[in-house]
Formats: sequence, C-alpha cells, structure tokens
Amino acid sequence: MAEKISKETVVKVSRLARLSLTTEETERMTAQLAGMLEHFRDIDALDLASVEPMTQPYPLKNVLRKDVELPSLDRDEVLDQAPAAESGRFRVPPTIGFDV
Amino acid sequence: MQKLVDIVAGVTNGSLKASAVVEEHLARIVARESEIHAFNLVTADQARNDAAKVDEDVKAGKKVGALAGVPIALKDNMCTRGVETTCSSKILQGWKPPYDATVVTKLRAAGAVIMGKTNLDEFAMGSSTENSAFGPTKNPHDISRVPGGSSGGSAAAVSAGFAAASLGSDTGGSIRQPAALCGVVGVKPTYGVVSRYGLVAFASSLDQIGPFTSDVRDAATLLEVISGHDPMDSTSIPQAAPSLVSVLDHGVAGMRIGRVTDLPEGCEPDVLARLEAAFDALRSAGAIIVDVKLPSIQYCLTAYYLIAPAEASSNLARYDGVRYGNRVDAADLNSMYAATREAGFGEEVKRRIMLGTYALSAGYYDAYYGKALKVRRLISDDFAHAYEKTDVILTPTSPSVAFKFGSKTDNPLAMYLCDVFTIPTNLAGHPAMSVPFGTGADSMPVGVQVLATTLGEQAMFKVAAELERSL
Repeated sequence: MAEKISKETVVKVSRLARLSLTTEETERMTAQLAGMLEHFRDIDALDLASVEPMTQPYPLKNVLRKDVELPSLDRDEVLDQAPAAESGRFRVPPTIGFDV
Repeated sequence: MQKLVDIVAGVTNGSLKASAVVEEHLARIVARESEIHAFNLVTADQARNDAAKVDEDVKAGKKVGALAGVPIALKDNMCTRGVETTCSSKILQGWKPPYDATVVTKLRAAGAVIMGKTNLDEFAMGSSTENSAFGPTKNPHDISRVPGGSSGGSAAAVSAGFAAASLGSDTGGSIRQPAALCGVVGVKPTYGVVSRYGLVAFASSLDQIGPFTSDVRDAATLLEVISGHDPMDSTSIPQAAPSLVSVLDHGVAGMRIGRVTDLPEGCEPDVLARLEAAFDALRSAGAIIVDVKLPSIQYCLTAYYLIAPAEASSNLARYDGVRYGNRVDAADLNSMYAATREAGFGEEVKRRIMLGTYALSAGYYDAYYGKALKVRRLISDDFAHAYEKTDVILTPTSPSVAFKFGSKTDNPLAMYLCDVFTIPTNLAGHPAMSVPFGTGADSMPVGVQVLATTLGEQAMFKVAAELERSL
C-alpha cells in the first residue's frame, strides 16, 4: 500500500475536491488522514487477487422505464432556489480566462 | 405514549380525532423541544391542516389511509416540496425542494400527518448528531448524552413522544444505532425495498430509508406503507415487498438464530449481558441457537470508510453553488466552487470528501477503493455462508449505551467504531433492525440487533416481535 500521506498530497486532493482548505485545516487533515490510512492497512494482509469487486448489493441490470412523457420539475420553482438565475437559466461567474 | 396502530384504529373508527392527536404531540414539543432539539423545523400549521383534513374525511365517511392521523417526523435529508430541507448543513440552509421524496408522497397518501424535519449529523455523516451545523440533539433519557446518529433527531422525536413514528436513513447504522441509544425500534430494510428518490444521497450503494417507532408492530405497519417498487429509483427492487404485520404472532419455534463466535472486540459487558438475555429468551420460545463465523467483518470499518467517503465525494460534488443552496461569490467559477464548499461544509463532511477523493484519485484507486470493493465481497460471502445454516443473526446494535457529549469528537476513528456492528449489514445490502431490550450501564437503553439475509424481513420481524414479547 502507498506511503504515508504528505501535506502536498492533501493540498492536491483538496484542489481535486474543490475545497479551499485553510492552512490549519490542511495540517489537521494531513494528520487525521494519515491516522485513518494507517488503520486501513489491516486489509493489506488479505489475499484479494481472485476476489470479484462488489459494486452494488442487489444486482439489477438494464433498468429502463417505458418511453413515455412524464411531467418534469417546474422550471421557475427550480430556478427560484438557485443562488443566481437570469432569463430562465442559472447564472455563474466567468468560466474562462482564469487559471484553474 | 400512543402507539401508531392505536391512533390509526381510533381515527378510522371516529373515536379519536386526528386534530387532538396532533395537539397532544405539539404540546409535548412545546414542553421539551427547547432542551432536546430533535427538530430543525416543526411544521405545526401544516400538521394541523393535514389532521383537520383527515378528520373531515372520516366525518364525510370517506375511506382513509393506513396511517390516518399518525404524527410522523422526517429526517431533514428527505425532500419536502416547498418546505426547507437542509441536511443539517449550512450549504443547503434555506433550500426548498421543488419536489417530494417518494416516501413523503406515500406517507401523505396514507393519511400521515408530517410534524417536521429532524436534526442529523451533517449529510448523515456521524454517529452522535454532534456534526449538525445547527447544534446537537440531546438524548431524551439523559440530556448529557448523545442520541446517536446520524438520525439522532428522528430517534429522539419518537423517544420523547414528539411524533408517533419517524423516518431516518441508514448508510452504516444511522437508524439502528440511534434507535438503540434512545430506546426505540429502528429498521434498516433490504437495500432497494424503500425508494431513495428524494433522499439526499450520501453513499448511494449503502443508503436506505427506514422507520423509527416505539414498538415492533408499529414498525412493521409503517414499513409496509413506505415499501414498494418505484420507477424513479433505478435501484428499487421490482417486486412487491413481503407482508410483515401478518407474521408478527407466528413465534420462533424451530427458527435458527445465529450467534457470531468471532464478533469484533470492544463491546461493553452490560451490552453483551443483554445480548445473552436475548438468546435465552429466544431459546425459551423454542428457537435453536446456532454458532456462525463471520471472519471478514473485522475488516468492515476499513471497507466502509473507503467506500462510503468515495461515494460521498462524488455525490457531494453537486453542492457547487450553482443550482441550489448557498454560494460564496468569487471572480471566477472554480474559485466560487472552492469558496462555497469551504464555507458551506462542516469539518466531518470535508474530512470524508477528502478521504473519498484521495481513495478514488489516480495512483491510489487500486490500493484503496478497489481493494475495499473486494473486501465488501468477502463480507457478503461470509453472510451467505452463515445464512446457509441460520435464519437470522443476533448481535449488539451499538458497542455501548449512549455516551456523553464531546467524548469522541476529538478522535474520528473512535466515533467510527460506534458502527462496527451495524456497518456489515449495509455492505451486504441486508435488512437489520434494533429492538430495545432492557437497560445497561446507568439505566440507559440497550438495543439488540436482528439481522437477516436479502428480503428476509419476515424472519427478522418474527424474531423482533418475540424479543419484545419476552420482556
């Protein structure tokens, strides 16, 4: 299993998770995640090579509904709950022209 | 406290007014809610209107539903159209969903009266309700102790008589553990028995809605109403749910009850003593106790705390300040996302998003998430072997009675250990329920957990009913 988690990795993961953690949160998170990952090493002892991963508890396949029109959510009611909306659409800050 | 079934019977035959039942429950809320804090929102006006409507229908001779006049509280992670649904998170504070969850639609159609939305650990992540952004719920048996979690508000609401029943959601024990700690019945049905449409998702392959009630018959009655296939939930099981109330008086003669010989360590002796008493009661009623082994459940915490945060990190990506909830403004989109999520999520939610994102990230996926899915298979296989020679399995619900506030908040792993007996069920997708079975240390309630295999609810309810009768 992987080496102990570093602060750099925590910073990278927080960027992936779109969380702007404070310096203090990053420090605390690094220590706590390291502790948990250490505990999780208990499964390293298991031989899992021939075990099939289990992704869902009740295997259903090809769940399709009948191709008929159903009422959808009321657009005004949905947009009314958005932080910002304009002309029947969600409004967001600029998406290009900035570093990501 | 009035039983759900007695309220339905009285309201239906006209001897009891739904309005009077609601007023009794509202009076108890007025008297004690300020110290318990079971609710994020009490919908008193709507409850009064709904109860009056039930009374009018009875008076007019109309047929009323299976839950006519029953005051029911909803965990605040179930969508109610036009009524604030927060998940006890700042990021959703003020959000009024544009639709009802399927369980809400079913409750209303059955004549239930919705009393309000109950407190929880933020996004159902926790075992004590201490992670709620709006402050903790107190245990009605001793307000210096936690009610358990994450559905602590729903458990406390029934325990304190604020509602005759409530609904919670259970991802790793979030119905059963608070039920045990508050001395009420709590049921996690088989994955797929109750629709998740309109339940705010935490870990989609584990989440399941279920009832809290003051006894087993009430739980069976309520579960029958909320069960059933729903085309709006693609994981909903496409077959009719089994009848439960009809089996409650069948007894347990000849049934095989599993005793786990390699139970994870760390359970308090007062809880183990009640478990032994439960085995004795079932043996006296004619059941056969069978030893079973579940060698892989010692790895359940690792599997769960990789799988659930991984799914959560994906599910909670939707809280981005665009379509609903709150936003922290910033100059560009990515900065807005990060600032919104940093301000809106509490510490435990951030911790799990981080853990899940890490477990799914390139270079670590196989070592963590991939392995956890394989361990999940081992645990499921262990149960399959055990159920070849037993009908149900009995374990403690929680390793201890309700603990004091603050006693586990500094150590996330200590809090996670509260779920060691409840998590395996979610990983396997099986049903399980907690039944109050006497008291332990400091006269606090103890719950015994009855587990069964996929769609084994009938066997589970037979045993639960027998345990209740034996007290």
